[in-house]
Amino acid sequence: MLSIKDLAVKLEDEDKQILKGVDLEIEAGTVHAVMGPNGSGKSTLSYVLSGKGGYEVTGGSAELEGIDLLEMEPEERAAAGLFLAFQYPVEIPGVGNMTFLRTAVNAQRKARGEDEMSAAEFLKTVRARAKELKIDADMLKRPVNMGFSGGEKKRNEILQMAMLEPKMCILDETDSGLDVDAMKLVAEGVNALRSEGRGFLVITHYQRLLDHIKPDFVHIMADGRIVKTGGPELALEVENNGYTDILAEVA
Amino acid sequence: MARTATNTDPTEAMITSLAMPDAPWARPARESALARLRAMGLPTRRDEYWKYTRPDALTQLAAPEAAVLVNDETIMFDETDRLKIVFVDGIFDAAASDDLSLEGITIERLEAAQSDLHWAKNLYGVLEERGQTPVARPLAALNTAFATDGVLIHVTGKPSKPVNLIYRHESNTSDAILHSCIKLDPGAEMTLLENGPAAARFNNVLEVEVADTASFHHVRAQGRDHERHAVTHMFARIGANSAFRSFTMTVNGRLTRNDCVIEIIGDDALAHVAGACVGDGDFLHDDTVFITHDALNGESRQVFKKVLRNGATGVFQGKILVKAGAQKTDGYQISQSLLLDEDSQFLAKPELEIYADDVACSHGSTSGAIDEDAMFYLRSRGILEDEATDLLTLAFLAEAVDEIAQEGLRDGITARLGSWLQRHRS
Repeated sequence: MLSIKDLAVKLEDEDKQILKGVDLEIEAGTVHAVMGPNGSGKSTLSYVLSGKGGYEVTGGSAELEGIDLLEMEPEERAAAGLFLAFQYPVEIPGVGNMTFLRTAVNAQRKARGEDEMSAAEFLKTVRARAKELKIDADMLKRPVNMGFSGGEKKRNEILQMAMLEPKMCILDETDSGLDVDAMKLVAEGVNALRSEGRGFLVITHYQRLLDHIKPDFVHIMADGRIVKTGGPELALEVENNGYTDILAEVA
Repeated sequence: MARTATNTDPTEAMITSLAMPDAPWARPARESALARLRAMGLPTRRDEYWKYTRPDALTQLAAPEAAVLVNDETIMFDETDRLKIVFVDGIFDAAASDDLSLEGITIERLEAAQSDLHWAKNLYGVLEERGQTPVARPLAALNTAFATDGVLIHVTGKPSKPVNLIYRHESNTSDAILHSCIKLDPGAEMTLLENGPAAARFNNVLEVEVADTASFHHVRAQGRDHERHAVTHMFARIGANSAFRSFTMTVNGRLTRNDCVIEIIGDDALAHVAGACVGDGDFLHDDTVFITHDALNGESRQVFKKVLRNGATGVFQGKILVKAGAQKTDGYQISQSLLLDEDSQFLAKPELEIYADDVACSHGSTSGAIDEDAMFYLRSRGILEDEATDLLTLAFLAEAVDEIAQEGLRDGITARLGSWLQRHRS
């Protein structure tokens, strides 16, 4: 599904190398977690994959189902099936959440040569999905993420994911700023979307999210590289001993 | 700029070129306006309130030519049931207009009002004259002196539908001067719609007297013709417990100067004036607003948003004056521009002058580009860059458009702004 080979990335305006050769293969139907200390390049990886400006790829490749992601515009990557749940969802005054969702759903359908979703079908679908995530009608009516609490913003990200039905989902520290109940709700939303045809890349600092979203693989990232890969037990090791031991071991 | 002895004075030259209509009831007001104009002279670049906007095209003898834009858009407000009064290049078009009778309101054309003693005698040129201090507005005095037509509307009740002044532009060289007066009796309520480019050059004055407990709604769409020039003045005086709401959409036009002068003279009254303008290329739009609070517990809002690209210029000069004794005044003023490239500019002069000690007044002015983070967020969801730009631009304009109380009119304006954005993409 997602194939990242020796990906190297620097900041566009600064002589600072962030990713120094990342290798990662994510098969459809699997959940991969990436953990790592602050500044290891986890968020940069998610931004570069989704096409945010300000970064320069200096080497390597990233492909989604054999298509080169790095040459595409952000909206083309989205239409190809990539989705990033933001660590800090952006507030957009003046743009209604419903308008935003409908525009996004139909833009992707159009890009793929599919028919637009009818207003009635859209409304029905969005209401059903919102209900599962305990998102009330008022949140749907408000401008995108405006006046939303931290938990509401993250649930809104999962709602977008549910509506857009991407093939490859990247969750960037979706657990940050969430209390235990909110995290459960978000995790349930994610788990409901797990399927044979869909891959997940879950970026997190802490093991606790992985109690709810059980990963197939856990990768430890440090200084722009993936330094260790293992099963769910690796996350527990981090939880119990911190990163120091693991980093010392691979150094 | 020194004048040589061989040049005639431009103000006198302009006066000589125009004819004063002779209806006796308005004659004294017109003569007095002419005297004001002579004393003030036409505006020049050296005048404080014309510093950012070159008035030449408005003061030169002949109207600069303006091609008539042929377009396939339906006429603005067509989906609204309204009483239509049509002027073509400033000349009344009886065939295209509706019958002027409507319950709760009397409508007469300025040109047709010939009686010796007319109610409008107490309004025509009166608010314009009050609006000449402290800031001179010579083009409004010129208008009062020489306006060829317009409407005189007396609102006694609550008419069932809006009155729509439609200003069609059909001649490349037309030069129109129209002047309308609206008087709302206590408790009366009306919506005035105005739309169209009007002429190659248009000088329009609107005087609105809002009595106690009356309510006036105004939605204006200034026409799309690229080369047109326009100067408009709106003078309003509003009484106790009354409401005055005015919104203007301006798309295109080489030069548009909209002056708005509002005086709140009764307690617990509100005045909201808003504008959304979009300009591409050779475009200058100037909102000059002066709101005076001279009563208790007044609320005023000035909300002006401008979207500018390809070297377009936006100007905002807005003032809130709170007189001594106008306690509990709540004044708000915001002027913002969205610059879609580095060639466009926004010039703003917000002013507050406050002589009462128990008031809440705020003002803000910003100039900025599209928010990169919001842009990436939308694109990461699959929305095309152009479409995302349009969404964010309409969102920027929304605070001004939302000042329109009637949902149908608001949606109509938003749709027009949306189609303009689609036509003007990079």
